[in-house]
Amino acid sequence: MSHCRKRCKRQLIKVARYFYRFLTGTLTQDSIEDDFELSTVCHRPEGLEKLQEQTKFTKKELQVLYRGFKNECPSGVVNEDTFKIIYSQFFPQGDSSTYAHFLFEAFDTNKNGSVSFEDFVIGLSIILRGTINDRLNWAFNLYDLNKDGCITKEEMLDIMKSIYDMMGKYTYPCMQEDAPREHVENFFQKMDRNNDGVVTIDEFIESCQKDENIMQSMQLFDNVI
Amino acid sequence: MATGVAAWLPFARAAAIGWMPVANCPMPPAPREHSKKQDELIILNVSGRRFQTWRTTLDRYPDTLLGSTEKEFFYNEETKEYFFDRDPDAFRSVLNFYRTGKLHYPRYECISAYDEELAFFGIIPEIIGDCCYEEYKDRKRENAERLMDDQEENKDSRLPNMNFRETMWRAFENPHTSTMALVFYYVTGFFIAVSVITNVVETVPCGSTPNQKDVPCGERYTVAFFCMDTACVMIFTVEYLLRLFAAPSRYRFMRSVMSIIDVVAILPYYIGLVMTNNEDVSGAFVTLRVFRVFRIFKFSRHSQGLRILGYTLKSCASELGFLLFSLTMAIIIFATVMFYAEKGSSSSKFTSIPASFWYTIVTMTTLGYGDMVPKTIAGKIFGSICSLSGVLVIALPVPVIVSNFSRIYHQNQRADKRRAQKVQKARLARIRIAKKGSSNAYLQSKRNGLLNELLDLTSSEEEEQHMNKTSSLLESQHHHLLHCLEKTTAHEFVDEQLYEQNCVEGAQFSRSPSLSSQDGFTGTCCTRRSRKRIPLPNASLSTTHTHTHTQGLQELSAIHIQCGDQPSLSTRSCLHPKPNNLVVPPLAATTAIKLYQ
Repeated sequence: MSHCRKRCKRQLIKVARYFYRFLTGTLTQDSIEDDFELSTVCHRPEGLEKLQEQTKFTKKELQVLYRGFKNECPSGVVNEDTFKIIYSQFFPQGDSSTYAHFLFEAFDTNKNGSVSFEDFVIGLSIILRGTINDRLNWAFNLYDLNKDGCITKEEMLDIMKSIYDMMGKYTYPCMQEDAPREHVENFFQKMDRNNDGVVTIDEFIESCQKDENIMQSMQLFDNVI
Repeated sequence: MATGVAAWLPFARAAAIGWMPVANCPMPPAPREHSKKQDELIILNVSGRRFQTWRTTLDRYPDTLLGSTEKEFFYNEETKEYFFDRDPDAFRSVLNFYRTGKLHYPRYECISAYDEELAFFGIIPEIIGDCCYEEYKDRKRENAERLMDDQEENKDSRLPNMNFRETMWRAFENPHTSTMALVFYYVTGFFIAVSVITNVVETVPCGSTPNQKDVPCGERYTVAFFCMDTACVMIFTVEYLLRLFAAPSRYRFMRSVMSIIDVVAILPYYIGLVMTNNEDVSGAFVTLRVFRVFRIFKFSRHSQGLRILGYTLKSCASELGFLLFSLTMAIIIFATVMFYAEKGSSSSKFTSIPASFWYTIVTMTTLGYGDMVPKTIAGKIFGSICSLSGVLVIALPVPVIVSNFSRIYHQNQRADKRRAQKVQKARLARIRIAKKGSSNAYLQSKRNGLLNELLDLTSSEEEEQHMNKTSSLLESQHHHLLHCLEKTTAHEFVDEQLYEQNCVEGAQFSRSPSLSSQDGFTGTCCTRRSRKRIPLPNASLSTTHTHTHTQGLQELSAIHIQCGDQPSLSTRSCLHPKPNNLVVPPLAATTAIKLYQ
C-alpha cells in the first residue's frame, strides 16, 4: 500500500513540476540537456615500447600505423560502422560490409564491440610479421565464425558469399548464383581429409601446407609494410 | 582510389589473408617499392608562411596540384621548399582538406577569392562538406545575382539600331530611357489619378436644392463627369493598344497581370455604352462601375513598392492559405461553442451557427462591435477564451509576410528554387563521376597491364616505353589488392557497358552451364599466366582445356581491344597514357594472339 502511495506521490510531483515549467516557459530545457551525453570515449594505447614488445613492428612502423589510425578514429577505438566504412572505400564496386564484419570479429579479440589500437596492431603483426603457421591460424580464426574450432560448410558459405559480394555486379564472366556454393564444395574437397563435413584446424593447416599456391600467396604479406 | 583512408591500405592488404586459402589460383606478385624511402616532411611556403606536412598526406589526392607532379613546378632548389605566391589564409582550408579529407568553407572568406584558390589548387568545390556547403552555395548565388544585375544595367545602354517597335517597348518598360517615355509615363499617371478621383467625387453629395434630398455630384453634373470618364478611358485604351502593338510576344503580354488590369479598367465603360438603353440591366450596369476602381491598380506600373507587395503576397500564398485554413477551423469551433452556450438564453442573437460566425470573427480580430454579445456565463467564458486565442492566431501571419517581404528585396525567389533543385542534382552527379573515377582507374590500368603483357610478347620496345607505369605506389598497391580479389573469386571487374555486352553475348553462346563455369575458372587463370608454366589445379579439365582456353582468350582479347577504342576521361589523375596512343598496338595485339594460338 505504501509502495503505491509512494509511486502516486512521485507522479504527482512530476506533474506539478511539469505545470510549473509550463507556466514559467522552461519546458524544453530538460530535453536539450539530455541530448548532450558524453558519447566521446577516449582511449589511449599503451606506450610505444610495450607495443614494440607485443608486436614485431619497429618503432617507425608503429608510428606510421598510429598516425593513420588516429586520423580516421580520433577517439582511439574503431567501432564496427567506421570499420565497414573504411573498408568499403577500397572496394567501390561491391558490397564489402559482410566481409568487414567478419574481419571486425576477428580483430576484436576481447569481444567488446570495438577495436582498439592494440588489437589492431597485434592482428596486423600476426598477419604481416608472423610465421606461415601463425598466418594460417589467423585465417582459420577468421573463417571459424562461432570460434568452436572447426569450420562447417555453412560458415564457409557465409565467408565465400561475403567475398563474392565484394566483386559487385559488374564482373566478367557474369556472376552466377551458385558460384560461392561451388567454390565452397571445391574448398571442402581439398581441405576435408576425413570427409566428416567440417574442417578442423589441423586438417586446414595440413592441407594448406601441401598446397603450393597457398604457400606462395602467404609470402605476399612479407612486404606489405 | 581510397584516398581518404590511404593510411589504412596496409590493413586492407593484410585483410586479404582471408582470401588466400580459398583461392584456386596463385596470387599475382605484389608491386615492388621502387625506392624504399621513408615518409618525409614537405615544407610548403605560401607567401612567407611555412606549412609542413608529410608527403603521403599530399599524395592522397593525386588529381590535385599538391598531390601530383605539378607541384614540382613550384619547387625552390635553394631553400628546398615549395613556394606558392597565394593567400596563406585560404591555403589553410586547402591543406586541411588533405589532412582530414573534408573541405570546409570559412565564412569570413570572400566567395570569389575562395573559388580562385580552389581552382588554382585543382580542387572541385563540390567536395565541400555538408556542414559548409549550403553557406557556400548561398554566397555563390548572391554573387552570381550581383554580377547579373550589373550586366543588366549595362544592357540598357546598347543597340542603337533597334526598330521602332522595340524602341517603343523599351520606352514603355523603362520610362527613364527617353524624354518621350517620361512624358508618357507622367501623363498616364496623371490620368489614372484623375480617373480615380472622379470616381470618388462622383458619389459625394453636393446637392444644393433644398426641396430634394442631397444629390450626388455624379447625377448633378452628369455630362461633365461623363466627358471626364470618356477622356480617361480613351487615354487608357490608346495606351493599351500601343502596348499591345509594341509587345515582343503579344500572346504573353495579353496573359500578363498588368494587361488584365488594364482591360478590366476600361471594359466597364464600353459595356456601359452598349447597355445604356436597356433599363432592366441598369442595376447590373451600376455594379459594373465598381470595377472602375481597379484603375487604381494601374499605379503598380508606376510604383516599385506596389509590385513588390503584390509579389510578396503571391509568394507567401501558401502560408496565407494555411493560416486562413486554421483561422476557419478556429472560427467554426468557437462559433459552434458559442451557439450552444447561448442557446439557452432568451432573445439571443446567436440564432444559428453561421450567425455566430460574425460574432467569432469580430471577437477574434479584437474588433468587438458589440452588436452581438453573449449573455450567459458559459457564453461569456468562452467568448473571452475566443478573444484571447484570436490575438494569437491573427498575430501569426504578420511575421511571415514581413520576413518574406524583406527576403524578396534581396533575392529572386522563383528562379532560385528551380535552379537549386537542378544544382543539387548536378552536384551529386559530379561527385558520383569523380568517385567512379576510382574504379575506372583500376579498369584502365588493367587494360594497360594486359596490353603491356601482350606487347612483351611481340617485344616492341618503343611502345613499352610509352606504357611505363607512372602511377603512384599507393595506386599500384591498391590495384594489386583488387587483382588478388579477382583471382580469389575467379571473376573480373568490368565496366558497366561491358557487363551488359557480356550478358548479351553470354546468352547468345549456346553452352552447357557446367562448361561455362569451368570456362570462367580456366579462362581468366590461364590468360594471366601466359608465360609461367604452373599446372592447373583442376587436372580433370585437361581434355576440354584447349578448346575452351582459346575461346576464352579470344573473347577476353576482343573485349579488351574494344576497350582500347573508347575515349578516356581527360582528368588530371589519368597519369596512364591515353588509349589514343595505342591505336597501333591493338593491331599488334591481334597478331600476337594469333601467334599465341
